[in-house]
Amino acid sequence: MPSFQTQPVLIVAAILFALGLTGVLVRRNIIFMLISVEIMLNAAGLAFVAAGARWGQPDGQVMFLFILAMAASEISVALALVMQAYHQHKTLDVEELNALKDGTEPGFG
Amino acid sequence: MTNLIAYIPALPLAGFLLLFFTGRRMSKSMIAFVGAGSVCIAALLTIVIGITFLQSGSSANTQTLWQWMRVGNFSCDISLRLDALSLVFVFIISFVGALIHIYSIAFMRQDEDYARFFASMNLFVFSMLVLVLADNLVLLYLGWEGVGLCSYLLIGFWYKVPANCAAANKAFFITRIGDTAMAIGLFMLFKTLGTLNIADIQQQAATIPNVTTIALLLLMGGMGKSAQVPLQTWLPDAMAGPSPVSALIHAATMVTAGVYLVARMNVLFLLSPAAMNVVAVVGAITLFVAGCSALVQTDIKRILAYSTISQVGYMFLALGCGAWSAAIFHFFTHAFFKALLFLAAGVVIESLHHEHNIFKMGGLKNKMPLLYYTFLAGASALAALPFISAGFYSKDAILWYSWSAGNGNVMLWAVALTGAFITALYSARLVIVVFWGDMKTPIAQQPGKLMTMPLVTLAILSIIAGFVQWPHNLLHVTLFADLVEKVLPATVLKQGIPPELLLQLIAAVVTLGGAYTGYLLYYKSPHIIEQWKTAEPNLNLREFFVKGWRFDELYQTLFVKPFLFITRSNKADVFDKIHQWLVTACSRLNGWLSLSQNGSLRWYIGSMLVGIIFILALQFFL
Amino acid sequence: MILVWMIVILLIGGLLCWLTARANEHAAKWVALVTMLIDAALICGVCFTQRVSSINTWIVDIKTQWIPAYGIGFHLAMDGLSMVMLLLTFFLGTLAVLCSWNEIKQRTGFYYFNLLCTLAGIAGVFVAMDLFLFYFFWEVMLVPMYFLIAIWGDTNRRYAAYKFFIFTQAGGLLMLIAILSLYFIHAAQSGVYSYDYFDLLNTTLQPSAARWIMMGFLVAFVIKLPMVPLHNWLPDAHSEAPTAGSLILAGLLLKTGAYGIMRFVLPLFPQAAEAIAWWAMLLAVIGIVYGAMLAFAQTDIKRLIAYTSVSHMGFVLLGIFSFNAVAMQGVVMQMITHGISTGALFVLAGMLKERLHTRDIESMGGLWSSLPAMGAVGMLFTMASLGLPMLGNFIAEFLVLMGAFTANVPLTVIATFGLVFSAIYSLRFVQKVFLGPSTFQKPLPDFSAREFVMMAALSIAIVWLGVYPQPVLDMVQHAVQAVVTK
Repeated sequence: MPSFQTQPVLIVAAILFALGLTGVLVRRNIIFMLISVEIMLNAAGLAFVAAGARWGQPDGQVMFLFILAMAASEISVALALVMQAYHQHKTLDVEELNALKDGTEPGFG
Repeated sequence: MTNLIAYIPALPLAGFLLLFFTGRRMSKSMIAFVGAGSVCIAALLTIVIGITFLQSGSSANTQTLWQWMRVGNFSCDISLRLDALSLVFVFIISFVGALIHIYSIAFMRQDEDYARFFASMNLFVFSMLVLVLADNLVLLYLGWEGVGLCSYLLIGFWYKVPANCAAANKAFFITRIGDTAMAIGLFMLFKTLGTLNIADIQQQAATIPNVTTIALLLLMGGMGKSAQVPLQTWLPDAMAGPSPVSALIHAATMVTAGVYLVARMNVLFLLSPAAMNVVAVVGAITLFVAGCSALVQTDIKRILAYSTISQVGYMFLALGCGAWSAAIFHFFTHAFFKALLFLAAGVVIESLHHEHNIFKMGGLKNKMPLLYYTFLAGASALAALPFISAGFYSKDAILWYSWSAGNGNVMLWAVALTGAFITALYSARLVIVVFWGDMKTPIAQQPGKLMTMPLVTLAILSIIAGFVQWPHNLLHVTLFADLVEKVLPATVLKQGIPPELLLQLIAAVVTLGGAYTGYLLYYKSPHIIEQWKTAEPNLNLREFFVKGWRFDELYQTLFVKPFLFITRSNKADVFDKIHQWLVTACSRLNGWLSLSQNGSLRWYIGSMLVGIIFILALQFFL
Repeated sequence: MILVWMIVILLIGGLLCWLTARANEHAAKWVALVTMLIDAALICGVCFTQRVSSINTWIVDIKTQWIPAYGIGFHLAMDGLSMVMLLLTFFLGTLAVLCSWNEIKQRTGFYYFNLLCTLAGIAGVFVAMDLFLFYFFWEVMLVPMYFLIAIWGDTNRRYAAYKFFIFTQAGGLLMLIAILSLYFIHAAQSGVYSYDYFDLLNTTLQPSAARWIMMGFLVAFVIKLPMVPLHNWLPDAHSEAPTAGSLILAGLLLKTGAYGIMRFVLPLFPQAAEAIAWWAMLLAVIGIVYGAMLAFAQTDIKRLIAYTSVSHMGFVLLGIFSFNAVAMQGVVMQMITHGISTGALFVLAGMLKERLHTRDIESMGGLWSSLPAMGAVGMLFTMASLGLPMLGNFIAEFLVLMGAFTANVPLTVIATFGLVFSAIYSLRFVQKVFLGPSTFQKPLPDFSAREFVMMAALSIAIVWLGVYPQPVLDMVQHAVQAVVTK
């Protein structure tokens, strides 16, 4: 079995993670933010798989399955919330959805 | 017989309770019957008890009613003790009290608060009797504060006039200052002796280390109640009360409570020459200060008030000199003639449509002859006209002892003599201006029998009461001194004093001179006084005297104004500000921290990232 | 079991009030009154049947497990001191029900529920001998009181209620920490986990630990007392609370602080308490004078009375830290007589407010002529509050000062001059309210029968305590002796 190079894979994972993070930080649209979060999750999953391959253990892949399941449930709940928010406030801009800000009355921007 | 002592104070107390609870539903005659009746029976009872007590020859009768409090090593009872000194006081309180109550039946008849008046008066008589009968100092203090309360209630009897309330409050505050000092004296006594029983204190007094302090503290109490300088300012204002109140409380009885206290605690004072000197000097200063003020007052009751302060000053002087029996004797005669003067003044004021200014009176001699002669008897006793007045016998004794007694000296005598001149002068002024000359205000009404009877009785007593005690060199009658010296130490005489007769002559001449000066200035040639008044410095001096040596203004600036300033400026409670500051700090912090809670999701994620990097960085650097 | 019953009856009565009020508003009052009377009868029964013997100071003693896992017991016990305080509690509690009779018109049932719960808490505080239980009752009396102020109070009630709650709760939490530290130190020493008072009494503490733990207790108690400068909750709470609330606050809640110091601080930490005695006495004296000066400045009748409480409770603190029997007996007397006299003044203020619809003394005056009976009673209790002999407060203050004088002369002298200040504010109060020209033209009703009964009971109590205080002094003698000899 050819020796498996962990490092490039981890670098790819780090780049993916950084991309996702950047997306979360710069995007205002909540849908795009969710997509970016998915990318970050996948980056973490990739890192797990690489680490699992490095040590020859199944744990990495088990964790990836976990992440998949968690991401699926998370995105379904999140999309439901987004739908609700869109119905109520007709916007998907997170800067305007700031009702949890301290010192403001309940109600959106 | 001893078991009857308690009934003397109990009767007025019963009268008070009856009037307090049912007075508003009683008819006026009923109120008068209860109010005056209780004190009259008490007076009769006093006479009965007094006679049996004197016959029995015992030194003191004690009656313990019940245990008041017993705590740790402190115990005190509700317990009454009758001895010669108390007897004199009880007699005056109940007897003069009864006369004044009878007088009040008619005097207060028109007042709507008839029941409240008699209730307060009865309570006063009760408290005063407890004061003088108490066998321990705590019970004495009870009576002491009780009379203060009644004084307050009665000065402010006509409470709808704010000035009366102010006078009542002033009286209460100033006497309270004295009372507080006295309370501290009691605490010190308890701390050193472990008891407040008067008899025990007298036995153990020699063991007290700081006796001067204790004596002075007790004296402070006495000075407050007895209106001695510098706590005298309340008494002239206290004249806002009805005249019978002034007669009973502010002339005959309550203001002499201080005299009683000092006499009662004579053992402590004898142990401390310094305290004795202070007593004498306070008395001397007071009699002079108040005498000068009495000279220039125009309100008839204020004249009498200042003269009371002055006469009580004489008593303190006598006490301080060590002439114990003379002091009590002067109290005895003073009670009669000063009560008489106040009651008579009450009649005058009533008859002249509540006119207080003596210069708007005049010419009453012919219109109200009975009143004139009784007033004259009182005034001559006040002036101490030789032989024919009771005041002579007591005041002459004080004058003589102020030099000759163990603690006396020529300075005190000189002041007392000056005082005697002033007293005679203002007594003459009072009689002449009020009763002689032309009538200036028409007479509204003549006093009824209920009012004249006490006047006549007191007038007779003002003349004859002195006969129980004659100067040594004239007639050897020492009934009074024999009685009170069962309790009080005998007066010790110094050696090398000018002969008594000479001093008596000087005193008599000075007194007559004073009276004659009054006659001259206010009747014969009034222009002298008119001229004197016009000069500028004299006017200022007169103003100074009229205002009672400006003590009021002094206290106003020294104590009252700063106190008012502090309390007013701190009304909102400065500590509240501190707590408020804490609240403000919290909400400020809350403001800063909530800046981070701005609701922006990206801001949160960014700060999370910074946090993660920070923690990772910590991993590297630590 | 009688102590348990007393508390349980109060709680059941409270619940019954709540339930019956749904059917009938008036029934709630009667239920509350009957509950209080039953409790008062019970304590009177105990008082007359159980004499404080010289051997055993503890008259009633119930001890069972509550939460055994943590050594928490259900331990109620009563000695003379507790008995006197319980007598006061049920006496004033009954009056509190009576004085709410017409005043409370909204949510009557819930009101009486809270009232009785507070009283249950207070009664519990006076008899709990397990520190955890004590803390429990301490909180039980606090929360319903908060509601009493916040719901049925005057215009500024929210502010006052919060302030009251935060001050008391801050102290309460410090006390909780202190209790827990004591608990663990005791456990480490003896190996037994117990909150029981009598177990904890045997704890030996390092001086520094004792000082800190004591401070925890002391702060909680002096906030309740209250001691200057921690008194600021009191004027607001007193003036905004409904009449019964003020009555209970002044008459009972403040006493729990004094009781706590006597019961817990002194016996548990004798040395530490002695070390700070001078400072405590100093603050007490400051409180006496400062409270009196502020009372003089107030124009709101209830605030005025509230500040007199600050002044009077200074005497309590002064007496407690004098560590001698005379002063300590005076303290107990002061707790009772202050409860009665200040309670009576608050009730009077409530009556005046009911008639005049104002609390501002500047707009009163000359009420004696229209309300003679009320004027006489007002005069009586003002005189009581300035310490006139023949009335109970005199005995209390006299004993406190006399005892304190043997402990510290200069401070006591200043405290004694506090009596002059008390005269000043008291007479100002009387003058502004009852004397002077009358300002109210229309006739005002004097006492109704209910009010007359209340005031008569209070008046008799204060005179009786002034003339014949010995029964009370005897009752608490052993308890006081036990505290002092520590």
